[in-house]
Amino acid sequence: MGKVFQCHKISEGVAEGEAVLSGDDIMFYLIEPETGVVIEPAHALEGKSIAGKILIFPSGKGSSVVQADGLFQLNKRGNAPKGMIIQYPETVLVSSAIIMDIPMVDKVEPAFYQTVKDGDRIRINADEGTIEILE
Amino acid sequence: MELTREEMDMLHGKYGTGAAYAMKIQAAIGESFDAKRMVPITRAHVALSNQDADLWFAEKLLAGGAHCKVSPTVNPGFCLSFFKERRMVSDEDADLMQRTHNAYKALGATLTYNCTPYVATNVPNFGEICAFSESSATPYVNAVWGARSNREGANSALCAAITGVVPEYGLLLDENRYGDILVEVQADMKSDFEYHLLGYCGKKIGSGIPVFTGLPKHIGKEALTNLGAQLNTSGAYGMYHIVGFTPEAQTLEQAFGGKEPKRKVVITNQDLEEILEEISLKGNREIDFAMFGCPHFTLDQAAHIAERVRGKKLKKEMWILVSYHVKELADRMGITEVIEEAGGFLVPDTCPDQPCWRHLKGKVGVTESPKCAYYPKRRGIDFVIRDLDTCIEAALTGEVV
Repeated sequence: MGKVFQCHKISEGVAEGEAVLSGDDIMFYLIEPETGVVIEPAHALEGKSIAGKILIFPSGKGSSVVQADGLFQLNKRGNAPKGMIIQYPETVLVSSAIIMDIPMVDKVEPAFYQTVKDGDRIRINADEGTIEILE
Repeated sequence: MELTREEMDMLHGKYGTGAAYAMKIQAAIGESFDAKRMVPITRAHVALSNQDADLWFAEKLLAGGAHCKVSPTVNPGFCLSFFKERRMVSDEDADLMQRTHNAYKALGATLTYNCTPYVATNVPNFGEICAFSESSATPYVNAVWGARSNREGANSALCAAITGVVPEYGLLLDENRYGDILVEVQADMKSDFEYHLLGYCGKKIGSGIPVFTGLPKHIGKEALTNLGAQLNTSGAYGMYHIVGFTPEAQTLEQAFGGKEPKRKVVITNQDLEEILEEISLKGNREIDFAMFGCPHFTLDQAAHIAERVRGKKLKKEMWILVSYHVKELADRMGITEVIEEAGGFLVPDTCPDQPCWRHLKGKVGVTESPKCAYYPKRRGIDFVIRDLDTCIEAALTGEVV
């Protein structure tokens, strides 16, 4: 069994996948629906794919409309992230995750951020409020 | 989070699966922000967008028998009759708008198709709790009217309209409404245009609740509309204060709740010039069209344009986007006639980020609104941004300075 960290549920469910870390806030409108690749110029994840990943980032940004549509277009093509771990919840991002049924958590213990690396295999259990970094 | 018996009934499907779904989403939002309870709303505004996700969500709620308890005003898509008549939209585009219209009509929305409800059809009173989505709307109702709304997403605002309640957190609570960033404006705020540019300084201002000082004594509704619209294009702001002007900021002390600001920012003429340089195409060129009304123009703005073009002929297309009621008044007052004689169009119910503008793809326009320039970029439309009178002049001569 890997290391387990406590967190707080935002959007319910369980998800497992590879970690992708972003230091920048994310707007899903500027991620290509066909590939899941971030196309926002100068973004920390520019040129990288978030499809099927566990996405770890600070918060969301953008208008009250485009966040949900971006996530919807990704989801429709099976290229949405499997799960999301955030630091600063805001209503537009939170409601979009819940509506698209993507597990999302916040308030993760600080030790998690000191341990997790890009490419780690991660399991989120939002319902139990845990994140596990798998061996 | 504790729900009342009535709210529990709704969650468990007593009022249909649509209402249950809306309540489930709102309860989850409430839980994630540690809200203790739901509180009733008296108003809502939904940023209808006529995009795939918007229609999918509205139709999903409708299929579950949902109906709005508090009828929300809604944002524009595009005016079906205007664009169909001129054959500017494909059958597929027209079908999407028709389905969006049908869904919101059946849900019981108030079909205003206007993004500035806070100056006309949906004006809250001080302290009124509401659920407003739309970039320019949330800060206007919080800051200018002193009403209370979180920065709702289009979807969460629709859920609130259906359930009639919102989770109590964030800007609904006194302690979260105080400012924390002091923004000293040293720039000359000569016209409504400078408020567009001030709002676009989100990156320099930083995240939080800005408290503006140094602004003129009287600030008109157009300037305030511009400020909120651009704050939420360059960043995410549900609230701001203007000392001595907005109701919760009669003094600096009241605005900050007696605390020290966490940041101090000065905005100068140079900041506004730099922002404009960054977001606008270079000038001194020929343009293809002018577009105004993002957010929708008021009657005064439409009348101003009419006076400038009266008796003249525009060299380039001019599109002025307004609400249905501004259009009606402009028709009655002869403003529409003056603009049409010059070769321009006054269009109701329409947003610049819609498929009805396909004919502008690859073209260069002028606009006074940075938001108008920002979203249509992904439709391949680019803009030179200038003050309103310079843009009008450009449409008359065909060239922008």
